[in-house]
Amino acid sequence: MERSPHPFFKVEHLRKNFGGVLAVYNVSFELRQGEFLGVIGPNGSGKTTLVNLITGFVKPTSGKIFFKGKKITGKKPYTIAGLGIARTFQMVRLFYNLPAYKNLIIPLCSSRVKRLRGGRYGEKDDEAIDLLDDMGFERDSRVPYKDVGSLPHGYLKRLDLARAMALRPDILILDELFSGMSMSEVASTLPLIEKFNREGLTIIMIEHRLKELFRVVDRVMVLNFGEKIAEGTPDEVMQEDEVKKAYLGIDVEIPPREAV
Amino acid sequence: MSLLIYGLINSVILALYTVGFSLTYGISGLANFAHGALYILSGFVAWSLMNAAGLPFAVSGILAVLITAAIGFAFYWVLILRVRGIPLAELIVTFAAGVAILELMTWKGFYGLRYSLPVFVNGGVEIAGVGIDYQRLIVLASGLVLVIGLWLFVHHTRIGLAFRAMAQNERTALSIGIESDWIGALSLAFGAALAAIAAMVVLPLGVMESTIGYDVLIYALAVAIVGGLESTLGMIAGSFLIGYGQIAAARYIGAKWMVIVPLAAIVFVLSVKPSGIFGKFKELEERV
Amino acid sequence: MTKQEGYRKKRLDRGIKARSDTLFAVASWKEILYLMIPRFLPVAVLLLLPLFLGNYWNKVLVYACIYGLLALSWDFLASCGLFSLGQSLFFGVGAYIAGGLNYYFHLPPLITIPIATIAGGILCSALLTPVMRLRGVYFAMVTLILPLLLMKIIETTGVFGGTQGLSSLSGFPHEMLSIYIAVVGFLACLFLFRRIINTDYGLILRAIRDDDRSVMSGGINIYWRKSQALFIAGAAGGFAGALMTHHYQFLGMSVFALDYSILPVAAVALGGQGTFAGAAIGSMLLVPLSEALRALGGLRVAIYCGVLIVSIILLPEGFFHYLARKYHQFEKVVKIG
Repeated sequence: MERSPHPFFKVEHLRKNFGGVLAVYNVSFELRQGEFLGVIGPNGSGKTTLVNLITGFVKPTSGKIFFKGKKITGKKPYTIAGLGIARTFQMVRLFYNLPAYKNLIIPLCSSRVKRLRGGRYGEKDDEAIDLLDDMGFERDSRVPYKDVGSLPHGYLKRLDLARAMALRPDILILDELFSGMSMSEVASTLPLIEKFNREGLTIIMIEHRLKELFRVVDRVMVLNFGEKIAEGTPDEVMQEDEVKKAYLGIDVEIPPREAV
Repeated sequence: MSLLIYGLINSVILALYTVGFSLTYGISGLANFAHGALYILSGFVAWSLMNAAGLPFAVSGILAVLITAAIGFAFYWVLILRVRGIPLAELIVTFAAGVAILELMTWKGFYGLRYSLPVFVNGGVEIAGVGIDYQRLIVLASGLVLVIGLWLFVHHTRIGLAFRAMAQNERTALSIGIESDWIGALSLAFGAALAAIAAMVVLPLGVMESTIGYDVLIYALAVAIVGGLESTLGMIAGSFLIGYGQIAAARYIGAKWMVIVPLAAIVFVLSVKPSGIFGKFKELEERV
Repeated sequence: MTKQEGYRKKRLDRGIKARSDTLFAVASWKEILYLMIPRFLPVAVLLLLPLFLGNYWNKVLVYACIYGLLALSWDFLASCGLFSLGQSLFFGVGAYIAGGLNYYFHLPPLITIPIATIAGGILCSALLTPVMRLRGVYFAMVTLILPLLLMKIIETTGVFGGTQGLSSLSGFPHEMLSIYIAVVGFLACLFLFRRIINTDYGLILRAIRDDDRSVMSGGINIYWRKSQALFIAGAAGGFAGALMTHHYQFLGMSVFALDYSILPVAAVALGGQGTFAGAAIGSMLLVPLSEALRALGGLRVAIYCGVLIVSIILLPEGFFHYLARKYHQFEKVVKIG
C-alpha cells in the first residue's frame, strides 16, 4: 500500500476533565489503515470516554484527533460518523419497538451510504436483511423481522454491530462488544470481526475479555486512570510492570496468535 | 443616574419573578408553567383575606404566602404525581392548570381598579437626585434578602442539602433515603411560596389583574432562557440584561419598545449560545 | 382489592391474523370492509357533511378543520420529540403573511395561501432552529413565549394594524370553496402525515425522539432532520392560519393568542398522540364542544384545560388508541374455573 504523508488516524495529547475528574489524560496514538488495535484497562480507566471523544459525543478539554489528515476534533457525532468512523455502544442503543432489520434503516439513510453507493439509495430493506444475514441473523427465520424488544441480549449486541457496519465504515470502534455475551456467542462473533479486519477494515476494540482480544489484535494500548501506561504487542504489554500492577490479581495467559 | 436606579429595580423585579420557577426546576427538574398563575393567585388570596376577613395586610400577606405554598404542595400530590416522569404530560398538566387558574380568575371578574394591595410604607426618598418610593426600596431589599437567604438555605440546611442531592442525582439520593416525591412536592411548595413573596412585595406597585399571571410567566421564562436554566448566576445575569435593556429602550427609543427587549434578548442568546449565558447544558455529553 | 370470584373479562383478537403494517392478506369482502370502514367512512362523512349542514355549523366545521390542522402539526412535531406549547406561532405567522400580502399587495387568496404555507414554514423553522439543539423543556418554553411576545409587540408598536387589525381582506369567491379547501386540506394533511411517518423518513424522525445519540452514530444529521420536521409542521400551521384569515376576512393579533396553542394540544391529548388520527378525532370532538360552550366566554379556555388534565391523567393513551383496541379486539366474560 502507498504510504500517504499523513497517518491514517492519529490522536494527539487528548485530554478530558469531567469537573475535577480527569477521565482521559494526555493520550496519543496512531493507527495504520487496516490495523487492529485493542484497548484495555481496568474499570473507570477512561476507555469509553476515549471512544466518546473520538466519535464526537464528548468534546475534549484539549488535544487533537486527525483522520486521513483532517482534523476531526470538535466536529459533530454525525459528521464524524459520516466520515467513516462507526461505533457500537457498550449499552446497546437500539429501537426496541422496531423490527430488527428496521434498525439498520437509519444508517442506510445517511448521506455517507448514499455517496458510497454512487449517489442513490438502494432497496434499503433488502440491504438491511443482507447485512443481518452476514451477522448470523438467518434470513429465512423470523428473527430479522422480530421486534428488537423480544430478542435475546446476544442478538442485540450483534444487531448493534450490524448497525455500525451498515455505515460502511473505514474505522470500526467496538466498545465492549462482548460484555454480556455467552461463550458461544463470542465464539461465533469473533470470526466475523476477524473477517472484517482481513477485508481491510481498521478496528479499535475495547474489551475486558483479554483472551479473546489478544487472539485477534495487532497491537494493544493499556489505559489506567485515563493515562496510557503501555502500548505494543500483547506479549510486550503484559510484560510491563505497570500493566501487571494495574491488573493485579488477573493472570492472563496469552494464546499464540493464530496464523491468518 | 435614574437609568441606573430604575434599571436596578426593574432587574430585581424580574429576578423575583424568576426565582421560584428556577428553584423548582433546579431541584426537581419540573418546569412549573403554572408559576405565573400562582403568583397572581397569591395576590388575590391576600386581597380577599384583607377585604373579606378584615385582616391587616401583614397578617394576610403571610397567610397568602403559606396558602400558596400549600396549593403548590397539593398541586404536586394531586396532579403532578400521576404524570411524574413523562416530560410531555408534566408540561401539559402544569401549563393547563396555570391557564385554568388564570381564566377562572378572569371569569370571576378579578380585574379592575379596586383590586390592589397596599404598600408597606408610604412615602419616598430622594437618592442622588432620583425620587424613589419606599416600596421600591423594599423590593430591592427583599430581592437581595431572598437571593442570599436562598443560598444559605440550599447550602446550609438539611433540607437544602437534600434538594441539592436530588438535583444532582435522583437515584443516588433515593438510595440514601431521600424521598423523591416529598422533595418534588416541597420544591413546588417552595417555588410557589417564592412566587407569593414576590407578589406581596411587587404587586403593591400597581393594580392587580389576572392577566399579570401571563406576563410573569413570560418574563420568568425569558429570564430563564436568556440566563440559562439551572443556574442562579444565569438567573441574575438574565434579569439584569433584560431589566436594564428594558429601561434603556424605554429611555432612548420609546416606552412601547420595552416589550421588544425580552424577545430580542431571547433571539440573540439563542443564536449565539442556545443554552443561555450561564447555561450548563450537558445533556448531549455521555458520561462514562 | 377484594377477591373476585366467578367471572373475568377475556380479550380476543377480532382482526385478520395476517395483519401487518404494510401487507394484508385479505380473504373476503367482509375482511376488506373490516379494514376499509374505519378509513373511508370518516372521510366520506367529512366530504359529504358540508352539503347537509347549515351555515352556522359549516363555519364550525371549518374551525374544526383549522384546529385539526394545528393539532396534526403539533402531533408531527411531537413525533420527533419536539413538544411545543406555541402552535399559535405557526398559525399567526401564516395568518400575518397571508393577510399582509392581501392587504398591502392585493393578492388573491389562492396565491397568498400557498405563499403563507411555504414562507410560514421557512420562517418558523428558521426562528426555532437554534432551540432544537436543546432538549427537554427549552423548546416548549421558547415556543410558548414567542407568540405571546409577538402579540405584545404588535399591540404596542402598532405594526400590521396593531390592535385594530387589518379588515376587509378578500374572501373566497364561493362559500363552498372555502369550506372544501379547509376539509380537503385537513384530510390531505392527515393522510400525508400518516404516510410520511410510516416511511423510512418518518422512521428516522421517530428514532430521533427515542434516542438521538443512536441516530447520530448512524451518520444522520439530526438537526437538519429536525429543521425539516419543523418546516413541515410550520407549513401545516401556516396553511391553517392563512385559511383562517381569508375565511374571516379579518386579521388581528388574536391569531397569536393562547387558544390556538392550547386547543390543539388538548385535542391531541384527548385523541391520543402519535397516530394523527387521534389528533383529528380530538379536534373534531373538541371544537364543536367548544362552540356549544361559546356562551361561557373565558371559562371555555378553563374547560379545555380541565379536559386536557383529566384526559392526560385518566386516559393517557388517548381516545383513538382506545377505540382502535375496541375495534380490533372484543371482550367476553368468561367463568373462572
